[in-house]
Order: sequence, then structure tokens, then C-alpha cells
Amino acid sequence: MAITSIKNLKEFSTNNDRFEGAHLLCPGCAHSMIVRELMNCTDDNLVLASNTGCLEVSTAVYPYTSWDTSWIHIGFENAATAASCAESMYKARKRKGTLKDPDAPVKFVAFGGDGSTYDIGFQWLSGAMERGHDFTYICLDNENYANTGGQRSSATPVGAHTTTAQAGSVSYGKKQKKKDIVAIMAAHGAPYVAQLAPNKWKSMAKGFQKALETEGPCFINTVSACTTEWKFDPKDTINITDLATDTLMFPIYEIIDGHELNILYRPKNVLKVEDYLGAQGRYRHLFKPENKHVIERIQKDIDEKWELLQRREEARI
Amino acid sequence: MSKGVLATDKRGIRELGAEEKVGWDEVTQGVTLNSFVGESENAAFLKAEERNYNDFNSYTATVASWRIIKPVYNRDICIDCQNCWVWCPDTSIISRDKQMLGIDYDHCKGCGVCVEVCPTNPKSLLMFGEAEETEAALASWPEKKKKEK
Ligand SMILES: Cc1ncc(C[n+]2csc(CCOP(=O)(O)OP(=O)(O)O)c2C)c(N)n1
Ligand code: SF4
Ligand code: SF4
Ligand code: SF4
Ligand SMILES: [Mg+2]
Repeated sequence: MAITSIKNLKEFSTNNDRFEGAHLLCPGCAHSMIVRELMNCTDDNLVLASNTGCLEVSTAVYPYTSWDTSWIHIGFENAATAASCAESMYKARKRKGTLKDPDAPVKFVAFGGDGSTYDIGFQWLSGAMERGHDFTYICLDNENYANTGGQRSSATPVGAHTTTAQAGSVSYGKKQKKKDIVAIMAAHGAPYVAQLAPNKWKSMAKGFQKALETEGPCFINTVSACTTEWKFDPKDTINITDLATDTLMFPIYEIIDGHELNILYRPKNVLKVEDYLGAQGRYRHLFKPENKHVIERIQKDIDEKWELLQRREEARI
Repeated sequence: MSKGVLATDKRGIRELGAEEKVGWDEVTQGVTLNSFVGESENAAFLKAEERNYNDFNSYTATVASWRIIKPVYNRDICIDCQNCWVWCPDTSIISRDKQMLGIDYDHCKGCGVCVEVCPTNPKSLLMFGEAEETEAALASWPEKKKKEK
């Protein structure tokens, strides 16, 4: 397996991109930052599959493809199935001796948005993880069904305004907590599970490489800031993601073999969650006096989660 | 229906004989878009200029018309840190051999992320109106900013 050098950005930049421009994702969309980084982490052949969502729809608008590797365009909930079954077929053909180049290294990766990962493709993902295929699943978590106009998903956090959990005089937006997909995937006993963020390019690249190198089903949740639905200026994608990791709204950590938890980023100055919320239109209503309790609840949830992660890390069990 | 499965016929993928049926274990091909012309080696080992792009590859298309503002690059200040390269969402920072060479204006959408992540003082990338001439933009480059106390 040929992973590429991630010692520093200069070395990393010598890779030849296999994800092309003139795709139709919004200006400043983090999906493509994450995909480019994954594809630059290895020079092995890649077999990729995408669930339906912004990434799939915007990178294969007929007659164009933005993918320089094998890439499977498939239904909303099927990327885990497609990638894991391509892996099975590859193994079988290797065994039967019917591959043209049996020694060529190949990696299998599936991409899904949060809607397809946390909700609609959940059982297919769970099945592929349980069957134990040698593949990596990457969730591009922008906390809403962006491609269909910003509906709530089970990844949408408390207090966010979405088109189906609207903020107004009778509601402060979504009331339910975000589903803990990382814990659920770790509970499958997967050998490598992580939550990563593109602003921390190096820890993200390290995590991607670990997942690609680890045999068995690996899962990575990545925070993917969405300029259109989170409502911020496209130039600020990385700034917003910095706020996400420095307020600990998105802690960066990995779980190995379902139990060994390592925190991968500890902010020097942990910022108050207001800094993150205040930078995005989808949380604007929370700054009205009557919604003060929601911000307090979000901060309390963050503090409790961070405490839990630290205790789990210390426990080494 | 004794005539076999006609869906594949209709799509013209392969002709089926009158009595032929597609078995449950046969794969019928869907639509394939080839990124490159003919047989191609793993693109990881080819720079963009060495590749034989197919017309289907979005590399051959342009989204330049999306831009109202554009980034302008000032080589004199750049330290080749590659921040702009790693975070450009549109594969539009051209870097070769650890050096930033410039911007691919066919694929840049003018988001401004590269300017935000550029660490030099003054910045080596700044946004200008799409119609602004590069020379005029470079001539108007700001001075180094004093550190605020
Ligand atoms: C079974 C099915 N249900 C609904 C849709 C419509 N649909 C297409 S994309 C999309 C939203 C995708 O959201 P997400 O997975 O979060 O990806 P994002 O677009 O946010 O990146 C929906 C609901 C579909 N294509 N298939
Ligand atoms: S709607 Fe959001 S996720 Fe979709 S392309 Fe635009 S910025 Fe990216
Ligand atoms: S403005 Fe955006 S798309 Fe254009 S080069 Fe900079 S980061 Fe890339
Ligand atoms: S971010 Fe700025 S300094 Fe770094 S390579 Fe790009 S232009 Fe040069
Ligand atoms: Mg989404």
C-alpha cells in the first residue's frame, strides 16, 4: 500500500489531484476539500462510491465526471453496499485468477452525506460494517439534507434552523440532539472509527491513511461546513471549521477496535459556543433573549461530551 | 413474455437473441463515462498536463462564469506554504514541485478561501473584481500591516 507523505504541506502538495475542478458544488463547499484530501492520501488505485447528495449530484452532471478513478454513482442509500460488494467481487476474482493486474493495490471507499449515513442509508452502512469488508466509509457531515434544500436530519444539532425544523415564534429550530454516529459505528467493533475536520488537515490525512491501511471496515465522520445551508460567506469555510473544533462543537478523536479512544486535537483556548453559533445564519434566532436557554443547553452538552471523551481516553479500556 | 429481457436491448448495450434471457447472476452494464481517452494508467502518477483527458472529464469544462470576484496571486510575497493548495475546493491552485505557480481560472469559482488561509503579511493572494487587470491589481497591493498592539 502506498500512502503518500504528509510530513508537511509542501510534500503533500506534490500529489497529482484525482478530483477535478468544474464540478458544480457551491463555491467554498467543504465536501470537495475533504474528498481531495482523501484522494491525495494514497496513490493506490481507488474504487469509490457515492450516496446521492450534493457530492454525487454535483460531480457527475451529464456529460461530465470529475473523478479520475473508478467511481460508482448509485442510489441514496447504496454507497456502502456498492463499495463493500465491489471489494468482495475483487477478492473473489483475485482468488479465481481472473483479474488483469492482480498485484495492483486497490482501496475501496464510500462517501455519504449525513442524511444518507445517519438516516436513510443507515441499515446498509450497518450491514456492511457488520459483514467486515475491507473498506472505508466517509460521512460528509453538513448536518442537513443540503442537496434537497436543507431539511433536518438526525445529524442536525439542537437549535439549528432547517427547512423542516424552522425557527420562529413557536419554535427555536431543531429540538432533538444530534445522533452519536461515531459511538454507534465503534459499537460495531470496527477496527478504526474517527471524527475528523478539514481545517486540521494533518490529523485528517493521518486518520484517512490509518483507515485505508487498516484491514476491515473503517468509518470516519468529517465535519463539512455548508456555506449555503449554514448561512455564512463562502470564503469562511475554514474559519467556521476552526470555530467548530475550537469550541469543541466537533471534537476530533479516534476509536480503535471499538474501545481505545484517543483525542487527536486539544484546543489551547477553548472558545465559548456563542462564537461558533454567532458566525452562522442558521443559529441567528438563538441570540434572542427567549432562546438563551438553548445556547446554555448546547454549551452544557458540549462540556459533558468533552468530559466523557477525556474520561474514556484516560480509562484506556 | 418469452422474448427475454428487453431493457438491455433498448439501451443498446448488447443485442440479445430472440430466446436469450439475462440471468440473475449477469451484470448488465449501466452508463460509463470514461475520464481519459483509451487505456489509462493510474492518474496519481500523471500530472494534469501529462494526462489524456476525455471530453467527459470536467477538467475540460469551465466554471469561470460563476465568478464575480477573482483571486490575484503575488509571487513576490508567497512563501509556498501550500495552504491555498490544500484548502481550495475547486482544485484550482496550480502547484508543482512544492511551488505555487498560480491560479487555474477555468475552474476557480472565486470563493475566496485561498485568501483567508494565506498566512503572509501582506497576503500573497487577494480578491479583486473579475474585470480588474492583473497588473493593476499587483500595482495596488497593500503594504505590510503593522502588528496591532
Ligand atoms: C431513497 C431516496 N430518498 C430521497 C432522495 C432525495 N434526495 C436526494 S439528495 C438528498 C439529500 C442528501 O442529503 P445528505 O445525505 O445529507 O447529503 P448532502 O446533500 O447534505 O451532502 C435527498 C433527500 C433520494 N434520492 N433517494
Ligand atoms: S449546499 Fe452545502 S454541501 Fe451542498 S454544494 Fe452547497 S455548500 Fe456544498
Ligand atoms: S478563490 Fe476559491 S476556487 Fe478560486 S483558487 Fe481560491 S480557493 Fe480556489
Ligand atoms: S497560501 Fe499564500 S503563501 Fe501559501 S502558497 Fe498560497 S499564496 Fe503562497
Ligand atoms: Mg448533508
